[in-house]
Amino acid sequence: MDHIFFFYFAAVIATTSVLVVALRNPVYSALALLIMFFHVAGLYVTLHAEFLAAVQIVVYAGAILVLYLFVVMLLSIKSEERYHNQLPVAGLLGVMLCTEIILLLIQSRTAASAQAVPADPVTGSGNTEMVGEALYSTYLFPFEVASLILLVAMIGAIILAKKDINEQVQQ
Amino acid sequence: MTVPLSYYLVLSGFVFLTGVVGVLIRRNIIVILLSVELMLNATNINFVAFSEYFHNVAGQVFVFFALTVAAAEVAVGLAIIIALHRTNSSIYIDDLNLLKR
Repeated sequence: MDHIFFFYFAAVIATTSVLVVALRNPVYSALALLIMFFHVAGLYVTLHAEFLAAVQIVVYAGAILVLYLFVVMLLSIKSEERYHNQLPVAGLLGVMLCTEIILLLIQSRTAASAQAVPADPVTGSGNTEMVGEALYSTYLFPFEVASLILLVAMIGAIILAKKDINEQVQQ
Repeated sequence: MTVPLSYYLVLSGFVFLTGVVGVLIRRNIIVILLSVELMLNATNINFVAFSEYFHNVAGQVFVFFALTVAAAEVAVGLAIIIALHRTNSSIYIDDLNLLKR
């Protein structure tokens, strides 16, 4: 049963990620990415990470992708008629990295397959509770730094995207 | 967990590779940012799979931080693209050769 779910999600994720790169219209690329985000969220549910699945849908599909679509439609971009000249280099790199992954997996299969950690005895609390406890105890300082990053990104986005004030005064 | 960990590694490796190729072959700078999102998602799948495999919640916390960085990256990146489109009226990376001229 787990295998059926995994192969369904994996097939859709792989197909849509290829579509994101291959489709020439950026709106279609963004919509393919939307489908991929939903299926990654489904994969998280099968991996018992329910909190992250919800966050994936709310943040990625709800906020980030809407921002992308907003900018694509704001700039009214036409679809590309051709790819970049780097296509042969990219193909070579892709083939090389692909063989590298396959080789690594073949070599490590015998070593890594045996040692699965036994289930955690403390499984009374839910996933969100566990993530929250780790976030507010062990990872409290990184959590504060993350909020600082968001603040800096917000200020930076406002400053970069608005027109120059002196320009507006002169007009 | 009945599905072996290596399946997840193959999936995330494939998605990451697609992202790398997308960054290299596309000319539209927005699609390049979408490919970067693909790579971030591939690493997130890895983190969650290892977190389930080793029964350690730290991997999921790290995905949370990766999500924060992705949101910040998108906000700043799209602002840069809008500024670029305003000054250059093009978002194809072939046209951005100001230093070469």
